[in-house]
Amino acid sequence: MSWVNAIIQGVLVGGLYALFACGLSLMFGVMKVVNLAHGDLAVVAGYVAIGVITVTHIPVLWSFLIVVPVMAVLGYVLQRTILQGALDRSVLATLMVTFGLSVVIENGLLQFFTANTRGIGTGLALVTGSFSIGQIQIGYLPVAIFVTAVVVLLGLQYFLSATRYGRLIRAVADDKEAAQLAGADYRHVFGIAAAVAFGTVALGGIAYGMYAQLAPTTGTDTILLFAFAAVVIGGLGSLWGTLLGGVVLGVAQQIGAQISISDETLAGFIVFLAVLALRPQGLISRGAQS
Amino acid sequence: MSGPPNGERPERGTPLVEVHDLVVHHGQLRALDGISFRVFPGEVYAIIGANGAGKSTLLRTIAGLHSPTSGSVLFDGTDVTGLRPERRARQGIAMVPEGRRLFGSLSVEENLQVGAAFAREGPWTIERVYETFDWMRARRNQSAAQLSGGEQQTVAIGRALLANPRVLLLDELSLGLAPVVVQRIYGMLPQILAAGLTVLLVEQDVSQALRVASHIHCLLEGRTTLEGTPASVSADQVEAAYFGLAGAAPSSAAPEGSEP
Repeated sequence: MSWVNAIIQGVLVGGLYALFACGLSLMFGVMKVVNLAHGDLAVVAGYVAIGVITVTHIPVLWSFLIVVPVMAVLGYVLQRTILQGALDRSVLATLMVTFGLSVVIENGLLQFFTANTRGIGTGLALVTGSFSIGQIQIGYLPVAIFVTAVVVLLGLQYFLSATRYGRLIRAVADDKEAAQLAGADYRHVFGIAAAVAFGTVALGGIAYGMYAQLAPTTGTDTILLFAFAAVVIGGLGSLWGTLLGGVVLGVAQQIGAQISISDETLAGFIVFLAVLALRPQGLISRGAQS
Repeated sequence: MSGPPNGERPERGTPLVEVHDLVVHHGQLRALDGISFRVFPGEVYAIIGANGAGKSTLLRTIAGLHSPTSGSVLFDGTDVTGLRPERRARQGIAMVPEGRRLFGSLSVEENLQVGAAFAREGPWTIERVYETFDWMRARRNQSAAQLSGGEQQTVAIGRALLANPRVLLLDELSLGLAPVVVQRIYGMLPQILAAGLTVLLVEQDVSQALRVASHIHCLLEGRTTLEGTPASVSADQVEAAYFGLAGAAPSSAAPEGSEP
């Protein structure tokens, strides 16, 4: 029974990883930006949520109504300024810039918020509560996060396939120059894509702050790594691949933990390496979306 | 579709496109070396020349994809040399790029929708494109990557028309297509022109260009070697200008547009 439990918990935590991975995948798929600050930005979103909740006293779950737009605007501005500036030079420059951004964010957070860990909504029934099916205990929160991830992916799919800007994002990802010839300002379109990606990062950061604890270093030592692993396992550029990748990563970790608690992270990365070696295009190779 | 029989050129009002002493470099290479010409509304202006003559560079510079080292591009009397390609597109310069360049992960209809996304007011709608190219409607949900070369070229033309441009730049329509397909595509030009469109095209296939153009302009290694109406230039002149043979008559046929 504990194995079934491990698989169920793994699938659910895969939703959290997908929330991190889909924004990373979108930014790479459209702009070819490997955003090494992705995890740190999720942490920033979490801290912004904590700040917003503390100051305005809005219910924890509604904090996303403020945090998502704030991060989306930040995404647009960052893309139009330093990321576009780096893109105009080289792909290597984008790596350096996002790495630098990551270092700056992490140290900034340490400076202002100390190294203490913080949680979001720690006392809520949603966060602590669970229900049981037979002998298996399932937390409300992992289920809610998984559902959120599915809703986000459905929303992204709709946005990319059925809206004007979604179509332009895919067109620009295919061929920037041809899109310019049709009158599309690809820099603006990149900005929109970054805004959407940062919106998903915001949700990921809030979810992580409720699921676990946020610290200034969480972005690089946990979130970014898991997001990368999920993207690579699922298949670069594939939207639903991020959910599949997240689920495979989550299940591998939980099964690893079942064998020995210290093997949790190791098991995830063994699967990551195995996919990289045996099926480098990922489990779902680049499909029609994103 | 051929030029006036007497070889004279109809000059009507302001030139729609005017290129002034254009010099463009690719790194060290001087791809265009002081090119000047004018295209008047309603003309089919053909740039011909061998591989590497600078034809595509010229078209791409007019569209804004290359920045000239010196010289200027005027559109309807206004200097657009410093404008980004998307701004020029919105003002009415549309281009069918070399190699079609359809959006491969988009469907046929989505490709057309992108073409219409920043369109000016005008006669072309997606519905009209479907009426003009009747096979397209049935295959509108297919991925553009699955089409044949000729079909892709037609979609690329439809995508450019949907911007309702004032001038349509066509870069090597015939490239990589079977002759019969090229015939069919060039056969559509009269229909397109009926909508009051000016065409500036680049073509390696000289006989095709001579057939459709009202004015031809031959480039060789970035320089103008011949200009005139198809009726006013002899086959020998064209051959000499195209291949750069000794004794080529430089720009003698129609000097009016060749010097600023």
